[in-house]
Amino acid sequence: MTTSIKKLPDTEQVLSGNGACGGCPATMALRMVGKALGTNAIMLLTPACSVASMGMTPKLGYNWPCINICFATAGASASGITHAIEIMKEKGRLQGELPTVFSWVGDGGTYDIGFQALSAAAERNENIIHFCYNNEAYSNTGVQRSGATPRGSFTTTTPTGKVQPKKNMPMLMLEHNIPYVATATVAYPGDLYDKVVKAKNISGMKYIEILAPCYLGWQFDMADTVQMSRMAVRSGAWLLWEAENGKISFNSPSSHIINGKRDADPVNEYVMKQGRFNRLLNGADAARRIAEIQGDVDREIAFMRERAKIMI
Amino acid sequence: MKSVTKAYRPISWPMKGAGGETGTWRGHRPVVNSQICTKCQFCWVYCPEAVIDRYEITIDYRYCKGCGVCAAECPTGAISMEKEE
Ligand SMILES: Cc1ncc(C[n+]2csc(CCOP(=O)(O)OP(=O)(O)O)c2C)c(N)n1
Ligand code: SF4
Ligand code: SF4
Ligand code: SF4
Ligand SMILES: [Mg+2]
Repeated sequence: MTTSIKKLPDTEQVLSGNGACGGCPATMALRMVGKALGTNAIMLLTPACSVASMGMTPKLGYNWPCINICFATAGASASGITHAIEIMKEKGRLQGELPTVFSWVGDGGTYDIGFQALSAAAERNENIIHFCYNNEAYSNTGVQRSGATPRGSFTTTTPTGKVQPKKNMPMLMLEHNIPYVATATVAYPGDLYDKVVKAKNISGMKYIEILAPCYLGWQFDMADTVQMSRMAVRSGAWLLWEAENGKISFNSPSSHIINGKRDADPVNEYVMKQGRFNRLLNGADAARRIAEIQGDVDREIAFMRERAKIMI
Repeated sequence: MKSVTKAYRPISWPMKGAGGETGTWRGHRPVVNSQICTKCQFCWVYCPEAVIDRYEITIDYRYCKGCGVCAAECPTGAISMEKEE
């Protein structure tokens, strides 16, 4: 059973009055991560919104030791920190439970710029948690396309809509044979919380990706952040799943879509609520463009359904 | 163990208000009607800013950014967004 809202701990690791936009999904997600990880953790960040959200020196908006690192280096830097901690423990300079080392990185820093170092860390099975909060673009620099931007989406570098589909990054991480991979999103806080608690107690490499609908990049009303996250899941545009030692299982409500107990909502409503899509959906080829977006979603559902059957 | 010199100290410390008095960003103010509120804590869990007291369901207006997520997610319609003066 998923942890209910009332059972979530009081711990607040994201402090009020930080620098994030109102309604920020990254901050929303990080709050839940904080409840699961607690205070004994070290956070690494690559350049992104969540760095800007830390606020201004000498104040810091997160209640962890935070290390701001170069864009490409989350995998390498987090590996270095865990090794250092292990050696300090060996030498008796650190006692008690070792802190959890985690990276908090955007989709740009995960799918694109940080991919090599992350892949290497995964292949070495380093004892870290890599979080990708995925707002499907480079939001902090004014919304440029990334490998996570879905087809048909407007960004400042795809003014007529992105031509290529997004890549399946969680699946790529799973193919590194790491002990834990999970996807989550802000509308399902208990699901996210449980996955982080699980990851914290597994040794080796863990990858958790959180869909983070960003009103600024996606162009919707900021009060609808959670609603947008829910619509992404109900339409199957985002699937909730986790894989322990390579075995994939789906979480509610995505599990119902996968096993056919419930039809995914058509993507129309989800897509038309977002300016990044609907600003391009006025012309004669609107129907073709929507069909293309629907096609990508359908393919992904079909692929994941079949992939999950492989349990060797 | 080596003494920690100034150069090794962190340059920032965890504190509220790292982005300033973010309550001044607000265009609309969430107001809770305690007559309707069932204390379900939905608003608390989704508030990105951690400004809602989960037991009292009161809001710290010093930092609430007025995003309206709490009002949108409240299942009973107990939160209204009222225009700031
Ligand atoms: C090497 C390098 N290239 C570019 C930048 C500029 N930069 C800062 S934040 C950012 C966007 C990061 O995008 P993402 O990782 O998706 O995080 P988001 O801003 O969306 O939260 C960019 C391009 C930089 N700081 N360093
Ligand atoms: S641009 Fe989006 S992800 Fe970045 S701080 Fe604002 S709401 Fe959050
Ligand atoms: S979501 Fe609405 S009903 Fe639930 S605790 Fe908040 S104000 Fe009360
Ligand atoms: S308006 Fe936004 S910041 Fe203010 S209490 Fe509601 S959810 Fe929190
Ligand atoms: Mg991003």
